[in-house]
Amino acid sequence: MTTPVVGWTEQIARARLHVVTGKGGTGKSTVAGALALALATGGRRVLLVEVEGRQGIAQLFDTQPLPYSEEKVASAPGGGEVRALHVDVEAALLEYLSMFYNLGFAGRTLRKMGAIEFATTLAPGLRDVLLTGKVKECVTRTDESGRHTYDAVVVDAPPTGRIVKFLDVTKAMADLAKVGPIKGQSDGVVRLLHSGDTAVHLVTLLEEMPVRETMEAVGELDGADLRPGAIILNRVRPPRLPAHSVTAAADGRVDAGRVREGLTSAGLALSADDLDGLVEETVEHAVRVQAEQRARERLAEVDLPAVELAELVDGVDTGALYELAEALVEQGVR
Amino acid sequence: MSGLNVDTLIDDPGTRVIVCCGSGGVGKTTTAASIGVRAAERGRKTVVLTIDPARRLAQALGLEELGNTPKQVSVDGFAPTGELSAMMLDMRRTFDDMVLAHAGEKRAEEVLSNPFYKTISSSFSGTQEYMAMEKLGQLAAEGTWDLIIVDTPPSRSALDFLDAPQRLSTALDGRMIKLLTGPVKAGGWGIRKVVSAGFGLFAKAVSTIVGGQLLADASAFVQAFDGMFGGFRERARKTYELLRSTGTAFVVVAAPEPDALREASYFVERLEAESMPLSGLVVNRTHPVLAKLPAAKALTAADNLDAAGEAPLAAAVLRLHADRVAQAQRERRLVNRFTKAHPGVPLVHVPAMAADVHDVDGLRRIGERLTGA
Repeated sequence: MTTPVVGWTEQIARARLHVVTGKGGTGKSTVAGALALALATGGRRVLLVEVEGRQGIAQLFDTQPLPYSEEKVASAPGGGEVRALHVDVEAALLEYLSMFYNLGFAGRTLRKMGAIEFATTLAPGLRDVLLTGKVKECVTRTDESGRHTYDAVVVDAPPTGRIVKFLDVTKAMADLAKVGPIKGQSDGVVRLLHSGDTAVHLVTLLEEMPVRETMEAVGELDGADLRPGAIILNRVRPPRLPAHSVTAAADGRVDAGRVREGLTSAGLALSADDLDGLVEETVEHAVRVQAEQRARERLAEVDLPAVELAELVDGVDTGALYELAEALVEQGVR
Repeated sequence: MSGLNVDTLIDDPGTRVIVCCGSGGVGKTTTAASIGVRAAERGRKTVVLTIDPARRLAQALGLEELGNTPKQVSVDGFAPTGELSAMMLDMRRTFDDMVLAHAGEKRAEEVLSNPFYKTISSSFSGTQEYMAMEKLGQLAAEGTWDLIIVDTPPSRSALDFLDAPQRLSTALDGRMIKLLTGPVKAGGWGIRKVVSAGFGLFAKAVSTIVGGQLLADASAFVQAFDGMFGGFRERARKTYELLRSTGTAFVVVAAPEPDALREASYFVERLEAESMPLSGLVVNRTHPVLAKLPAAKALTAADNLDAAGEAPLAAAVLRLHADRVAQAQRERRLVNRFTKAHPGVPLVHVPAMAADVHDVDGLRRIGERLTGA
């Protein structure tokens, strides 16, 4: 293993806003769910926020589709709880406008006409401003005693390709609103996202494309003065071959005679076809292990803390989510 | 359940367009390129329109830069009886070309230099899909190729490909902007009276938020665009009709993963609802078991070998085989779920290649797998 698994650093543990991104297909929503559970472990209150309107959280926690409100979706070990919020952009815009204008029931009609979607189309940054604005409100909200409503907020964020654009609303807003209420609001968001209170975690698989996108995203985050948190290696599968056999096997050199001898001594008599099949499976496994090794080496270049989640052969259900959360806690997530 | 055989599709001269769709990261581009290589080698004059190919795949096809016009693929070891060209979509340029084709020079200039046009043509989320459709329409109208293979833009949802052009149409339609810039003058809205008070406030609010300048730009843009709009809509409608014609075949691509198969399900349902010609589902990157040996038996044997401290290689082979059996079972379960919901959809499993594909030979091997062989 060339990636030193240093786990969750003190600096990351201090963050209150955890943004989870990753290339499509890397399992970022699952990881965001598991991270929320892990952070809630031991009695903390965590909010999991979904911004991309696919009701992925509801599927993950096997609940009804979420309304635009903060609903409890899970209890964590040790008395903690996870609430979830599915941010509806149109509702967020109306909510936002109602702070300044009394739209009355016209709001609903406008929505039906598609006027709100149109407004967010006119100004693509507006959507992200509203989403990040809502996130900021959740992170900074306090109860009567002045205590933060949530100990941590986890955002299932847009994929790596869009993450910096999403988080760095300053740029988008500079062109749009130079004055006015949304300016003041967005300044607050920018301060939060660029502070030590925020960590942006990157979920990746040990495959070429996701790793490349991760590296690019880290570069972009650094360039935009946003803080990359941890790399979360998802769906890691155990290497089975002895390390010294991998290179030869990946080259197609598997000693079939030796495998057959071993099988015989274990009491297995296989046909020539089945033995060939095993050899082919072994070659494919070795090629994959090599590719994973290269992926680890590349990831080591960015020098970020990393945690790992093992592949769950049976897929992810709510029970499995607790398993993943436990694995995160064991690696220092807190 | 019948099988999907890509040869039946490409050998039928009636097949003029193949659309590869599916959610992001399932291997659509590679599938499209593989079908293209195979079709060319089986005698079709083929063009592949890709959207966002991985760099090495683009190199394999000789697509070093965004040309926005098809370029013949000529690489060593590739001498098809037909022909293969390929291109990468340059969305901005396709949009520019479309404006130039539809507007007089002066008006085109006005549109192209409008700041709002820059936003719409580069960062609006539906533009890529709209332009892919536009380019498909152009390639079909040119008549140079007898088979066009389209790869769809990377998006989380496969449905975006069908929905985005409509979204963009709405944005470019003059009515909305008229409502925002001068609600009183907007005619034809029955609900206008009811909401006009609220609407005035909304328009004011939007203008506060997005800034008056942007609204003014948008308004100027839409006005300049107005004369062209009919032409645009007509083209979009024609392309849509082309997609629904019998010469078109939709091939849905999915990885054997819950999310990808769920998206494939949505997409299949949508195609059925719109009577679009669905050919079948490609279950991409499966891991079939290559040796008839039950996992439990393999694991027991591996445990015995480990306990005896013998034959570490054989023990490792047995364990990786057991992993593979479990993975294959999971994939089968997921695909079965899809088949139960859509029993009539033909499908083909394409086993994963050991390594990433980045040459014509690799594409050729995937092509073979696409026949179900």
